[in-house]
Amino acid sequence: MEFLRPADWTEALAAKAAHPSAVPIAGGTDVMVEINFGLRRPDALIDLNRIVELREWEVGADTVRLGAAVPYSRIIDELPTELPGLALAAHTVGSPQIRNRGGVGGNLGAASPAGDSHPPLLAAGAEVEVASVRGTRRIPVEEFYTGVKRNALAPDELIRCVHIKRADGPQQFSKVGTRNAMVIAVCAFGLALHPATRTVGTGLGSVAPTPVRAGAAERFLEQALDEAGLWDSGGVVPPAVAGKFADLVVAAANPIDDVRGTAGYRRHALAVLARRTLDWVWDEYRGKEWGRACA
Amino acid sequence: MDSRLLTSAVTLRVNGTVHRLTLDNRSTLLDTLREDLDLTGAKKGCDHGQCGSCTVLVDGRRVNCCLLLTVACDGSEITTVEGLSDGWSLHPVQEAFLARDAFQCGYCTPGQVCSAVGALREMAEGRPSAVTVGTEPPSGAAEIRERMSGNLCRCAAYPNIVRAVGDAAERAAEWWERTP
Ligand SMILES: Cc1cc2nc3c(=O)[nH]c(=O)nc-3n(C[C@H](O)[C@H](O)[C@H](O)COP(=O)(O)OP(=O)(O)OC[C@H]3O[C@@H](n4cnc5c(N)ncnc54)[C@H](O)[C@@H]3O)c2cc1C
Ligand code: FES
Ligand code: FES
Repeated sequence: MEFLRPADWTEALAAKAAHPSAVPIAGGTDVMVEINFGLRRPDALIDLNRIVELREWEVGADTVRLGAAVPYSRIIDELPTELPGLALAAHTVGSPQIRNRGGVGGNLGAASPAGDSHPPLLAAGAEVEVASVRGTRRIPVEEFYTGVKRNALAPDELIRCVHIKRADGPQQFSKVGTRNAMVIAVCAFGLALHPATRTVGTGLGSVAPTPVRAGAAERFLEQALDEAGLWDSGGVVPPAVAGKFADLVVAAANPIDDVRGTAGYRRHALAVLARRTLDWVWDEYRGKEWGRACA
Repeated sequence: MDSRLLTSAVTLRVNGTVHRLTLDNRSTLLDTLREDLDLTGAKKGCDHGQCGSCTVLVDGRRVNCCLLLTVACDGSEITTVEGLSDGWSLHPVQEAFLARDAFQCGYCTPGQVCSAVGALREMAEGRPSAVTVGTEPPSGAAEIRERMSGNLCRCAAYPNIVRAVGDAAERAAEWWERTP
């Protein structure tokens, strides 16, 4: 196995163009498991750890530019206010040791339907910036996932960063698993409120071949909150609204039976997560800072 | 394929000693430590990141070295359980594990100890865990269990591991500067 160690981004793109079958490695927490178990025998790896810009983030006016290889532990420590949904999800990834290495670029590269970054990225709104020697393009995250463990990267492309909308309201993430650490989610749900535009965002994990949004649920909730004047009054979300929202979230799912759970259990649990996270974000919205200052 | 492409020259600083090695690119840091450097403290429990028995500190951060390629650690500073003591006295985390009898067979212990050293440093730096509430001093049992959640113990010595790490956390202020 050849080990390519590009010193910077230009070299990395050149290496990927010259060896399209080479496997990029960032934290290695997916790639190494596959190699140690003989599931993958790449003839070359491209090590991304020397590329400084992949480990940097920058907070802009409306978006955060998150380098592909910023480890989860730094997202938790450094960006909890700007990216609260992603930081909550990051807290649940693997273990402290895994969080010191793994990051969002690797989660996107692996494109597992169970990846914990995906629901908060979908809910907040994000674009994946990918590049090759041919140029750069930005892919809306919902178009990035193309199938089970498949993504929109061309063979010569690498992920450089993710542009994620800065939180303008409360965000939540919740997942179901058999214990708190080191579990692959049975199902997961991310929810973001955007009071400025009076919109909501959702992201569903482990309940369909790819991570998905529940568009109909989002539209329904936006309309229900609007019609009842709840953005202004900060009143309680009626249980019937929360119930219908949960039903529509479940309708967006297409789960399977597997060793971690049955499709029926996943649907049930997803509805619980949807209602629960709606409670949490709405309490936070009514409670304070995101306030009706903007209303 | 040209065999020169399959190996790499690597410089590692392990427990303060510099090693220059030429290795197969596929070697993991865990195998290099155990097979090439005779540092058998770090254990291979699962070889896929789930058990924590291979935990070492790389540039001060705790990682599972079964998931690290040695070639990718070129130039890194590595501390294993063998490097925690200064040769005369044990590291305070090791002392706490002894005092609390925080093991049974001992297989997971080197990983537990290295992980605890990393965890205490993260606490000292003010890094929150998933259960940290506000500015509460982070040494309660729930906090320690969460921070040590990447290390499994097949003998289930958990109660005493939590107590040992708690003791060490209380004393941490006195010693954490000397922690590698
Ligand atoms: C014990 C254990 C527990 C885990 N628990 C969880 C969990 O709870 N939740 C979860 O979501 N995941 C979990 N994972 C999986 C893994 O940690 C995550 O998917 C992580 O985000 C991967 O990041 P990485 O940097 O380590 O990726 P790597 O292993 O380096 O790469 C993963 C994939 O992405 C590709 N890639 C990486 N960077 C780029 C780039 N810049 N451009 C293009 N392709 C790239 C690689 O080629 C590879 O296909 C766990 C893994 C282990 C071993
Ligand atoms: S051997 Fe590395 S985590 Fe189990
Ligand atoms: S003491 Fe035996 S595995 Fe922990």
